[in-house]
Amino acid sequence: MRTLDELIADSPVFAGLDSAQLELIVGCAKNVGFARGERLFREGDPADTFYLVRRGRVVLTTHVPARGDVAIESLEPGEVVGWSWLFAPYAWHFDARALDDVRAVAFDGECLRGKCDDDPTLGFALMSRFAEVIIDRLQHTRIRLLDIYGDVSGS
Amino acid sequence: MATSPAAELAPRGAMAPVPYRVSSRTRETADTWTLHLRPLGPTIEPVAGQFDMVYAFGVGEVPISTSGDPSGDGCLEHTIRAVGAVTRALCAVNEGDVVGVRGPFGTTWPLDEARGGDLVVVAGGIGLAPLRPALTHALAHRDDFGVVNLLVGARTPADLLFTEELERWRLRPDLDVGVTVDAAPGHWHGDVGLVTRLVPKARLDAAVATALVCGPELMMRFTVEALVAGGLEKDRIYVSLERSMSCGVGHCGHCQLGPLLICRDGPVFRYDRVEHLLGAREL
Repeated sequence: MRTLDELIADSPVFAGLDSAQLELIVGCAKNVGFARGERLFREGDPADTFYLVRRGRVVLTTHVPARGDVAIESLEPGEVVGWSWLFAPYAWHFDARALDDVRAVAFDGECLRGKCDDDPTLGFALMSRFAEVIIDRLQHTRIRLLDIYGDVSGS
Repeated sequence: MATSPAAELAPRGAMAPVPYRVSSRTRETADTWTLHLRPLGPTIEPVAGQFDMVYAFGVGEVPISTSGDPSGDGCLEHTIRAVGAVTRALCAVNEGDVVGVRGPFGTTWPLDEARGGDLVVVAGGIGLAPLRPALTHALAHRDDFGVVNLLVGARTPADLLFTEELERWRLRPDLDVGVTVDAAPGHWHGDVGLVTRLVPKARLDAAVATALVCGPELMMRFTVEALVAGGLEKDRIYVSLERSMSCGVGHCGHCQLGPLLICRDGPVFRYDRVEHLLGAREL
């Protein structure tokens, strides 16, 4: 069975961090599990945690009047769920729910923010990695905004 | 040996349509139907990747890729999305009606060249229809290929084609299937996100893999980017292009793309041969 240190060190988002930085991050992490259908967090709640998915999938949803819950994006093993812990007002923008039985590593956002304040090098390294995640999701969202399957003309 | 009239092959590229009777039709989505056609005379035998000109008598003719297996008995399957006058007329035909068919036209998916390596089939929206015969061919000759991946993207779950077949394909241990949609109701249990996000998860040896891609041009562009980022060379990636094809035989020029006529030189192209044309705003 792999240790928490190994799981975190091998994840794409933390790849390349040195052992001292990893040790600081591991100090804010714990293993968690969610049953299929269970909610990880709810829109508007305090965003004090983020997750690294190890097994199963998580879906981000929001409630739209007259449409009900709408799925925004599903996230797979190796992907990060949540970045609202990084920015004030530290509140979730969407709901997150387990699509399958999920195993994940949960990170205490306040703990990590404190360590980033104390160690700006760690702070920059973490912020750079999360910026990559955010930009990747932004690019995908932009393409989806083009509605590439919807605009069809022809005879 | 005497040849029955029904087995007579229509001259390739004939300008006159041959009659086909609609033996049945299957509703795929709210605006998309698959017509199952039986020959009333000479037959047409398209190969995976090729298209036929399908004629709604009195309305007009449209190019439609073959979406069925080459059956050998001349029967055809064409999956049609109602987006204009002709396709609306074709989607509204009844069982027993007769339509005209010319063809087959165009180039084919490179299944012989792909043998021996992994295969990744990436379909966006109705792009799954032209790829379906290529996939069924690969599954019928499964030992000829390494890992076979099918990656499907659609706008919503309601826009997915061939849903029963997709479920059967998912159950096959020798086929890796990924399906994702751009938007979904909260109860959808599948993936949500761009089809390009499935590409890095595909199991393939990029050095010997071949990719077949079909969908809206923008989807193909971003899919190719993801495939190249995954290590595939552009000369191992094939795309099926669509332009306003009219004559089907390279005479009218309606489907011209730079030096190419899509109906004659395509619709299936090796990506490195058309990349510069797809990026040209002046064309």
